Amino acid sequence: MASAKPAPQSEQSPGADLQKKFYHDMLLIRRFEEKAGQLYGMGLIGGFCHLYIGQEAVVVGMQAALKKGDQIITAYRDHGHMLATGMDPKGVMAELTGRSTGYSKGKGGSMHMFSVEQNFYGGHGIVGAQVPIGTGLAFSNKYKKNGAVCVTYFGDGAANQGQVYESFNMAELWKLPVIYVIENNQYAMGTSVERSSAETDFSKRGASFNIPGEQVDGMDVEAVYAAGQKAAQYCREGKGPIILEMKTYRYRGHSMSDPAKYRTREEVQEVREKRDPIEHYGARMTEHGTVKEEDLKAMDKDIRSIVNTAAEFAQESPEPAAEELYTDVLA
Amino acid sequence: MTQILMPALSPTMEEGKLAKWLVKEGDTVKSGDILAEIETDKATMEFEAVDEGKIGKLLVPEGTEGVKVNQPIAEMAGDGESASKPAPSNRSPLVGEPKSQRDFGGGDAAPAPSPRPEAPRGASTVDRGRDLHPRGEGDKELNEPDVPAGTELVVTTVREALRDAMAEEMRRDKTVFLMGEEVAQYQGAYKISQNLLEEFGDMRVIDTPITEHGFAGLGVGAAFGGLRPIVEFMTFNFAMQAIDQIINSAAKTRYMSGGQMGCPIVFRGPNGPAARVAAQHSQDYSSWYAHIPGLKVVAPYFAADAKGLLKAAIRDPNPVIFLENEIVYGRSFPVPKVEDYLVPIGKARVVKKGAHVTLVAHSICVGMIIEAAEKLAEEGIDAELIDLRTLRPLDTGTVIESVKKTNRLVTVEQGWPVGSIGSEICSVVTSEAFDYLDAPPTKVTGKDVPMPYAANLEKLALPHVEDVIAAAKAVCYR
Repeated sequence: MASAKPAPQSEQSPGADLQKKFYHDMLLIRRFEEKAGQLYGMGLIGGFCHLYIGQEAVVVGMQAALKKGDQIITAYRDHGHMLATGMDPKGVMAELTGRSTGYSKGKGGSMHMFSVEQNFYGGHGIVGAQVPIGTGLAFSNKYKKNGAVCVTYFGDGAANQGQVYESFNMAELWKLPVIYVIENNQYAMGTSVERSSAETDFSKRGASFNIPGEQVDGMDVEAVYAAGQKAAQYCREGKGPIILEMKTYRYRGHSMSDPAKYRTREEVQEVREKRDPIEHYGARMTEHGTVKEEDLKAMDKDIRSIVNTAAEFAQESPEPAAEELYTDVLA
Repeated sequence: MTQILMPALSPTMEEGKLAKWLVKEGDTVKSGDILAEIETDKATMEFEAVDEGKIGKLLVPEGTEGVKVNQPIAEMAGDGESASKPAPSNRSPLVGEPKSQRDFGGGDAAPAPSPRPEAPRGASTVDRGRDLHPRGEGDKELNEPDVPAGTELVVTTVREALRDAMAEEMRRDKTVFLMGEEVAQYQGAYKISQNLLEEFGDMRVIDTPITEHGFAGLGVGAAFGGLRPIVEFMTFNFAMQAIDQIINSAAKTRYMSGGQMGCPIVFRGPNGPAARVAAQHSQDYSSWYAHIPGLKVVAPYFAADAKGLLKAAIRDPNPVIFLENEIVYGRSFPVPKVEDYLVPIGKARVVKKGAHVTLVAHSICVGMIIEAAEKLAEEGIDAELIDLRTLRPLDTGTVIESVKKTNRLVTVEQGWPVGSIGSEICSVVTSEAFDYLDAPPTKVTGKDVPMPYAANLEKLALPHVEDVIAAAKAVCYR
């Protein structure tokens, strides 16, 4: 799949400012995740930690296609989604380190974070469980007639869970405004798509419910953006749910504790060289004269500073007070 | 001549209305012909002939209510050559097949089971009433809504009370909606949602596909999205398909989000064994849900509590598991006729004051301890009766205060004994009122086996009034 294909030439094409934002937001996620991996290695982040490195174009392109009020929900590989919605890197990193200043006061951790302000509804630790919930958020939009769309992300692994199809059925039956974004990063934990899925074209997974689907180059932020815009419009017109399969790739293991022995180093290296969403997008922008090489370097410097500040904040913030053990169980 | 008997058309049906005869005396019928329409506590069913023959006398006129199961409703003569049919004394029931699409509750429309010797069930149950204002010395905390003296009490079934609660809350708050299998057009598998579709429309009373895991999760998402869903499970047995969403998504999100967002949702439906529906349809989930932090769990018995607690549950900002009981749906109790009857979640109620032993129960077993107390009184044992009403948070204070007075405790429930509600109460009472106890706290529970189908075994598997009486006597050393 070509990553450097020309951007769609239509009114949907992003202008220079948006292109820069794409690059910035993708790079922020990458640097944030690299830092998170580092802090994990230092023992400052515990438990499970699933990094989003390699998949950045998906959330950044989708987010740009949304309007204020649209909701986002995903599973546990969620740091990128949170940053894309505009959540503060400090609060996200502090949650990873289990501090009181984290988005969930340190009680949720990497896999369970929420931001009502940014319409980010988690952060869910059970594979596939976010899919009916996202469908329910879409139901609330239809009920309230607020015109909002819910983007429900899940992976190629979750796509084999039964509750996904229960959700598809109700979403189409009731014409709910939900975009199902299947992030196909080729591996359900350590099991490749070929070894786990009878139908490996996930855009077809809604066929028996009459839900249209499309395969998208998830390594190309502009392709994602274009597909996201079309999908959002489809939902807003009251036509019901739509599926976007994002063909993407994760560079790191499933979680920090995964040595990823199920694939070769060469396979990862090839994707990094030929399809990396950030490298290629930067190169495309400089080729087209949208930005200069120095501009990208300056951006990287700023982003490293943001991430370092977040990391410091996350290490300096206090742990939650012991009394917090018993708060927030019930309202 | 064979007698056609009133059929049992649901697992819990004890009587019904013979709504309409579709044959008349002298008609010849063959197998599959519809004989009559019969209204059960759940639905109107068509009743078919099984054998061929000529309709003789119609023994019960149409429109008759309260026709007992197995009561002869008509006579039928076999055709000429079948004079050697079984003698009528055999009362071989000529039971029809229900023509409903799905047999709610899972049982077959089998011939009525042999008469059950236990407590009366269904709509015919004696209304034992309730003392709405327990006036004990020092009984300042009534744990009841403030009902003015002279308030009219309307005898209401638990079924109607639940419906009224939902209707009132849906009128009050536009974000409240009901979803579940057969709640709308069918009017509820157990007729709980009667007339709600007509009043509130299909955006607020929603028939779901048979997809518990999916619609429970969808309900959670709708609650996250600012609505107040009432999710009906046709029975809580089917909620096992959905329990991940109930516990991992609904109960834990407030905590996992550091208090940013919660899940105001009610999961409700019948819980516990019905009758003759065997292991997969007869289970009491009380202790399962009571185990989970982040949930509230309610299990009322009386109609007023059903109404007041369901209204409170719908308004609660937390996920509430509302455990009903199929057999109790048809029982009638007085409900105060007040504008907005709310019963606080988390408060047990002393149903009857007593001096010698404390009997604690919830849901259908409250009826059992009331009956046991009447019999115990005849033997000079004065039992204090506590209806827990809420299982989480559990009002152990009320139980402890009672035990400090009576010095003896018996808990009663239909659930299994291991890790039961009774286990928890006995544990709390033992550690907090140990010095007051004159006998070991005792649990009466269902037996530690899956529910058997056979009538005799099923009876053995469940707790009965006699078991409660025996346990109460034992702790009184009588």
